Amino acid sequence: MDKKGNSIIIDAADHVAKGGVLNRRLFLNSAIASTAALATARAAFAQEAVGEGQDDWTLIPGSSAELYGSRSRFEEERVKRRLTPMSDEFYNLRLTKYTARTPLDHMLGTITPNGLHFERTHQGIPDIDPDQHFLVIHGMVKNPLKFDINALENYPTVSKQFFLECSGNSGTLWSETPTNESLQAIHGLLSGAEWTGVLLSTLLDECGVSKDAKWIIAEGADNGMMTRSIPIDKALDDTMIAIRQNGERIRPSQGYPMRLFNPGFEGNTSVKWLRSLYVTDRPVMSIQETVKYTDMMPDNMSLQFTLEQDVKSIITKPSNAMSLKQKGLYEVTGLAWSGKGRISRVEVSADGGKTWGDAMLQDPILPKMLTRFRIPWQWYGGPAILQSRAYDEFGSIQPTRNQLIAARGRKPTYHFHAIQSWGVQSNGEIKNVYA
Amino acid sequence: MSMPKSLPKSLLFTALLMAAQPALAQQPHFGVPASQADIDKSFWSIFPDGEFLPDGEGTADKGKELFEVNCNMCHNLPGEDDPTKNQIGKLFGIKDKSGKTNLQQTIGSYWPYPTTVFDYIRRAMPLVAPMSLSNSEYYSLTAYLLYENGVIDEDQVINKDTLPKVKMPNRDGFINAYPDIPEKYKTRFK
Repeated sequence: MDKKGNSIIIDAADHVAKGGVLNRRLFLNSAIASTAALATARAAFAQEAVGEGQDDWTLIPGSSAELYGSRSRFEEERVKRRLTPMSDEFYNLRLTKYTARTPLDHMLGTITPNGLHFERTHQGIPDIDPDQHFLVIHGMVKNPLKFDINALENYPTVSKQFFLECSGNSGTLWSETPTNESLQAIHGLLSGAEWTGVLLSTLLDECGVSKDAKWIIAEGADNGMMTRSIPIDKALDDTMIAIRQNGERIRPSQGYPMRLFNPGFEGNTSVKWLRSLYVTDRPVMSIQETVKYTDMMPDNMSLQFTLEQDVKSIITKPSNAMSLKQKGLYEVTGLAWSGKGRISRVEVSADGGKTWGDAMLQDPILPKMLTRFRIPWQWYGGPAILQSRAYDEFGSIQPTRNQLIAARGRKPTYHFHAIQSWGVQSNGEIKNVYA
Repeated sequence: MSMPKSLPKSLLFTALLMAAQPALAQQPHFGVPASQADIDKSFWSIFPDGEFLPDGEGTADKGKELFEVNCNMCHNLPGEDDPTKNQIGKLFGIKDKSGKTNLQQTIGSYWPYPTTVFDYIRRAMPLVAPMSLSNSEYYSLTAYLLYENGVIDEDQVINKDTLPKVKMPNRDGFINAYPDIPEKYKTRFK
């Protein structure tokens, strides 16, 4: 029996993998019974006397309409975190001050509210006056042009949902021993939003881009002027100059008044406070694409321009943000994404990857966007190791940590995308473990 | 598409033009010409071949003086070992690039291009006041960093002609992973 008194009978046919992983349709079937029970309860209440026993918020008129909405005062602790998941060896004052991670344990859908979207700046958030800011496109173009925010607002726009992930996300999982940090600290450099903007190809067309162009150098107007080289094929495909995030002007921490947005690419390439696009035939080799955001392989060669984020998934619930209070039925849910395109399948294991069951993928399943997956799980009260494994429509499969390390060694600090394990202890506590 | 035979050639041309129009770009144009001043304000990139390096020049001895005043509050001098300053990474004294963390990857051990040093410190340093020095002062700081990393001699003058010619120890240590990473590092398992 569950709390509402509904009987959920689980038989052998419901088990799709060992360790209590159950058929993804189980909750759908039992929901039909719950709905009927609720209707009966409401009908019974309608016959009671009015007022008595009601709470204040029901009896007293509420406050006036807000001009800019705010959260419940009871939600104030659900915030981003400025912290570092790195060991002391990695500890970096700037990284701590200029990084804030999304509380993924509170996210149940796929869209991150603007106030909770992760942020990473290298020298702080600039306070840009939009009337003083413009984007200049120059270099290998017929007509160097500039565009301010008012000009961009006049173009036909596109609105699409995309994930954004810092390629340093989950980087602590490269370390030799599993970190004790929270879900938010380990994976919180990840968010999903609807981005609206002007396709860069539209503006390049207007400038008359040369056929010999191969790269575009993007520079920001922030302190330190963030600089990255973008391949021309990407720039002419789905790269946009974003001016809205989830329906409102993008916020200062996300690049106000305009940012580059490269769907599916490592977050750092989506240069915020975008001010210059220099069209050229070669990359500029900025610090952020040589010294940083490169990964040293076992043979001491470093991979550079690892731009497309690999297929990846994480379980957000249960996670180490909680502990299991009692054995019984739970929903395992999380997020899956791929920088290439759509997620095609997510499997979940409760026995450390020995057996797997297919999770249900929640619509819509959009390319280069977070996909929510769900699967019921029966916890028997003993130790269990929960894992998720994602596939994308191009045949990429999320590797195990051992497979990733076998291919790339343990020297990288970026681009960790292997399967991560939540170890459930017999007492219900959950820890990040290697399995 | 067949056309009536009686149609004059000029009309036929017009008709073809109209038929072709939907295939042409139909975007409104709102960009305005960018002046050289607009570009100069917005564009600070220096390329490995030295393109866009400015006039001016510097040396390591002048760079050392500038470093002590502008950089030493956050970065250790060679031989210093302040643990707080070490947290943002060492700038000198590491030859072996295979050190496990990126904080051990110094200019001498890891950086592939000397132009990136000038480009980065000019746009981003000193942290409290980027772009507050002259081009010659940034050349001097670049010379000092390269000298202390064992990449150039102490008396080497660094300017727009000499800097791109400096060969970095790890110049050949990088592989382009775009659009596809080499097979041996792939992690796509069946």
